[in-house]
Amino acid sequence: MSKSIDQAFLNAKQWLLSWLAGSPTWMVQVVSSLINIFALLAVFLTLFALISVLERKILARIQNRYGPNRVGPFGLFQPIADGIKMLIKEDIVPARADNIVHFLAPVLIAAVAILTLGVIPYGRNMTPFSIDGGILFFFAVGSATELAVFMAGWGSNNKFSMLGAMRAIAQMISYELPLIISVLPVVMVVGSLTPDRIVAAQAEYTFGLVPRWFVFTPWGAAAFILFFVSGLVESNRTPFDVSEGESEIVAGHMTEYSGFKYATFFMAEYLGMFAVSGLGITLFLGGWHAPVRILEFIPSYIWFFAKLSALLFVYVWVRGTLPRIRVDQMMNFAWKFMLPMAFTCVIAAAAWHYCGRGARGWLWSFLVIAIVYTALSMLLDTKRKFAPRVYRFAE
Amino acid sequence: MNSAAFIFTAIFTVAAALAAATLRKLMHAALSFAVALVGVAALFFLLGAEFVGLALVFIYIGAVAVLIVFTILLTRRDVGRNRGFNWGGAIVAVAVFGSLTWSILKTQSLAIIAPHMPALTVKQIGAALMTTYVWPLQCVGLLLTAALIGALILVMEEKR
Repeated sequence: MSKSIDQAFLNAKQWLLSWLAGSPTWMVQVVSSLINIFALLAVFLTLFALISVLERKILARIQNRYGPNRVGPFGLFQPIADGIKMLIKEDIVPARADNIVHFLAPVLIAAVAILTLGVIPYGRNMTPFSIDGGILFFFAVGSATELAVFMAGWGSNNKFSMLGAMRAIAQMISYELPLIISVLPVVMVVGSLTPDRIVAAQAEYTFGLVPRWFVFTPWGAAAFILFFVSGLVESNRTPFDVSEGESEIVAGHMTEYSGFKYATFFMAEYLGMFAVSGLGITLFLGGWHAPVRILEFIPSYIWFFAKLSALLFVYVWVRGTLPRIRVDQMMNFAWKFMLPMAFTCVIAAAAWHYCGRGARGWLWSFLVIAIVYTALSMLLDTKRKFAPRVYRFAE
Repeated sequence: MNSAAFIFTAIFTVAAALAAATLRKLMHAALSFAVALVGVAALFFLLGAEFVGLALVFIYIGAVAVLIVFTILLTRRDVGRNRGFNWGGAIVAVAVFGSLTWSILKTQSLAIIAPHMPALTVKQIGAALMTTYVWPLQCVGLLLTAALIGALILVMEEKR
């Protein structure tokens, strides 16, 4: 019974494909991938609509107000109203803008975000686009975001856009390093770049109780925190949203966009957030596996989306809690702290592996991380507490 | 290889490369160059060389293309201006194309039917890099680290 519910979507797909029995193979393949693409878009665009209203609700609760509550029950139809508003808004293109580049930038950024969503396993046998080097694909395609942001900034022919794009690219390139290097320990331990294999490696339970998710090892916990923070930066979320800081440079690379193009940027940002969280779940939080063995009767995709919702809630929570940090603080943090810690995670994972992956390995890898963390904190401590503020460029 | 897919990808790549060579605005040319690289990566995918295709996208779109557009942005003041026909560039391009065609036609392996190669997985490439080619890999790593530190020293603020 639970087996058939678990595979319900696959069975539905098989049923749809059975209508094509007798047609040529290439047609079945094309229709099969079209079904995957359609399902992916349907699920994540719905989730985008939901999170856009839920984020406003949660932020409102954090700030002790009500949030949107006029459209539909509890304001749940707000995204429909927003969508209609965005669609009928005038699409303004600046006279001096580079029309083609200005138009292509939101298209490219959304395409990249959707492509990266394709390699994540959403449930048992439920990977829309299953390839050998899935993790590599994720980062390779994701790196095109920088080019899209640059196109947006340059194509708008506006100072604020260009400055915002420069900031965005600088922070993306800097934080891509800790993001990728914090993935390395998992790839090393599993010995595969395939997301399905990584999820399969976290299937068992220690003593039949604690799941063997990588986040429960010292190197995994440290790498997960690094991954999560870098993911915050990559998706341009508060506290790292200097690239679109309203108080400084209007809206950064999105300044000259209006109407649905602006909505596309907004959507791409959220899809990127889903993709990074999904990859984090796959790598560290056991993918679609249940946290306890007796709960395994609940379908795998429900577990995946439950974990995704939890992570998305943390994203919103962080946004509601922390102020934006300065550009130079952010860069220093990336190069002086995040990067060395990410390398430490790699070494700690190696220590864990060579000490037999048991209690001894746990202790040694914990020791490696603790020593480096303490040393780094002591080195980076400026010892200048409450010093008077010094202005270098303004009197 | 699927010939229809190959022809489509080849036309796409050549068209993007032609656009990169002939477009009037320098920034458009740089962006078309990135599109051409996507086409080359697609060709690698069609050949079953997944890793090479992904590495190409990773390095060339994610890093080299961004580097090129930034170089244009930071060094040229006439980004939007028309540039004339570049004869030197045309001669270099024809020379490179000619030498490549000549060397390809000279090779013997074209006449022999290639043996069926098993698809190379990322794992095999990783194993080869870490065993047979570990010294070259480490040397490249050392060189790149030295280059990184050198770049940092070049831009480091001078202490007054």
